[in-house]
Order: sequence, then structure tokens, then C-alpha cells
Amino acid sequence: MAYSMEADMEHDHHIDTSKPMEYSTEDGSLKIFGFWVFLGSDLVLFSCLFTMYILLFRNTAGSFTSQQLFDYPTFLSETFLLLTSSFTCGLATYSMRRGMKNATIAWLIVTVLLGLGFIGFEVSEFTKYVSMGATMHTSAFLSAFFTLVGTHGCHVSLGILWLTSIIIQVAMRGLNPVTTRKIFIAGLYWHFLDVAWIFIFTVVYFMGKVL
Amino acid sequence: MASNDTTKHGQHHQEAFPWKHIIGFLLSLVLTFGSLWFVLGSHLPSQAVISAIVILAVFQAMIQLFLFMHLTETFGPNYQQFLIFFAFFIAFTVVAGSIWIMAFKSYVA
Repeated sequence: MAYSMEADMEHDHHIDTSKPMEYSTEDGSLKIFGFWVFLGSDLVLFSCLFTMYILLFRNTAGSFTSQQLFDYPTFLSETFLLLTSSFTCGLATYSMRRGMKNATIAWLIVTVLLGLGFIGFEVSEFTKYVSMGATMHTSAFLSAFFTLVGTHGCHVSLGILWLTSIIIQVAMRGLNPVTTRKIFIAGLYWHFLDVAWIFIFTVVYFMGKVL
Repeated sequence: MASNDTTKHGQHHQEAFPWKHIIGFLLSLVLTFGSLWFVLGSHLPSQAVISAIVILAVFQAMIQLFLFMHLTETFGPNYQQFLIFFAFFIAFTVVAGSIWIMAFKSYVA
């Protein structure tokens, strides 16, 4: 019971070996819970951006519609890259739990590379739209589109920098209660980005093709 | 989800093969291709297609939460599960409530 009164009385650096390493200190358990709180608030942030997009996407101001703009190969590539990266990130956490340092680092590197591939496709998609004259200023639809998908892209970019810094820390310091907690939290963040993307490809891209 | 049994004992009893992740990944692929089929392959009315792909998206989000993020895993009080469900409730209220209220805008304008 990491949160109980008894735990508070104990020494700060008490390590409970019955738990996985990232949960083994009270500090680690509390930080993991704190990160769930952040994910809850991030979920509400995305819900507001989705609401804005859903209410505005028909307001194309006589310019590009979602039907004309989106193309299947681009957004399907983005979807499969991010989905696979979420899987490899899960394998990194799994390897970490088994104490396999090199496997953890390897899966994290694969995750970062897939994330970079995703960002590459997204940047080329945005550049293509802007070069066609479909910018954030063109219509309410495009303002909402770039805000929603761009916010997600910012999250992924930040995640890439975060995972890279964690890879360096694990390579230098190995798996200890601090680095495993960092891997676990960054893993939660990365999976959450895939949750957000699932709703983006459904609500933005697929619905944009149907309606 | 029976994640508590395998994880309560800590890292010494971690499964020898990441079945959960592989099953989750395969199911995600199936659900993604399912959505693609509803959009391209089925010739249903657009309202039916939208309902179908939203349901598939909810299932896929649940795979991420339960199989990849281990939402139900706990080594103390399980506050995070309640918190995430509450966040989803707020998110649903914001999205559905806004769509509903904006459906009346023609009367107001």
C-alpha cells in the first residue's frame, strides 16, 4: 500500500521488491498516478478540439472540402506507423519489467524511428495542403483541422524528444527505480497518443471521406 | 481484465512471452482494416458507416487502455481507473452535448 500511513512513516527510499521496479518506491508510485491525472486532463483537452472540429468541418468557405483534401495512402501510413510504434513501446515496457536493458533500449529506438516516420508523413501532408493553398486561414474547417491534428503532432514530436532522452539515460544508468519509472510514464504517454490518433483517423479522416 | 494476478508478484513473475501485446496489436490491425472496409467496401448509408467506425474506434481505444497501458493494474488503491473513466465521461459530455446543443442553432439564429 504505497499511499498508506505506514508507508509515510517508513524511510523515504524504502524499496518494495514485491512490486515492479517503477512502483517499488512511494515516489515512483505517486509520480505514475500523477501522470494518469495529466492524461485525464489531456483527454479533456482533445475532446474540446474534437468538438470544435466536428462543429466546424462543414464550414469550408467555398474552398477545399475534406473529400478533396485527404488521401488514403497518407493517412493510412500514418495510422499504421503510430499503431506499430505503440506496440513496440509496449514491448519496451515488457522488456523493462523482465530486466532486459538492451532489449528495452532497442524497442525504444524502434518506437522513436516509427514516431519519426509518422511525423515525416504528417509534415509532408501539411506542406502539401499549404502549397495547394489550403492553409489555417482558408476556412473554419481548415483552422479546426490544423489545430486538432497539429496539437496531436506536437504531442508526438515532444514524445520523440522525451523517449530519446530516456534512451540516453537508460544507456548510461541502466534500469533502476528512477529510470524504469521514466520509461513506464513515457510509455503511458505514447500509448495515449495512439488513443488520440484512433479518434483522429476515425472522426477526421474516415468521416471526412464518408460525409 | 485479469492483469492483477500476473503482476501482483512483481517482475519476477512476468509472463515469458508478451501475448497481451501481440493479441492487442493484431486486434488493433483487424479493427483498423474493419473501419477501412466499412468506409470503402460496404455500401451502407453514411450514418450507418459512421456509427460502425465510431464503435470500432471505441473498441480499439479500449485495447490500448487495457492491454497496452494496463489501466486495471494496481499496486495500491486503483484511483487511475476511476479517474480515466471520469475523464472519458467529461470528454463524451463535451462532444455529445455540444453536437446536441448546436443542432438547435437554426431556431436561435
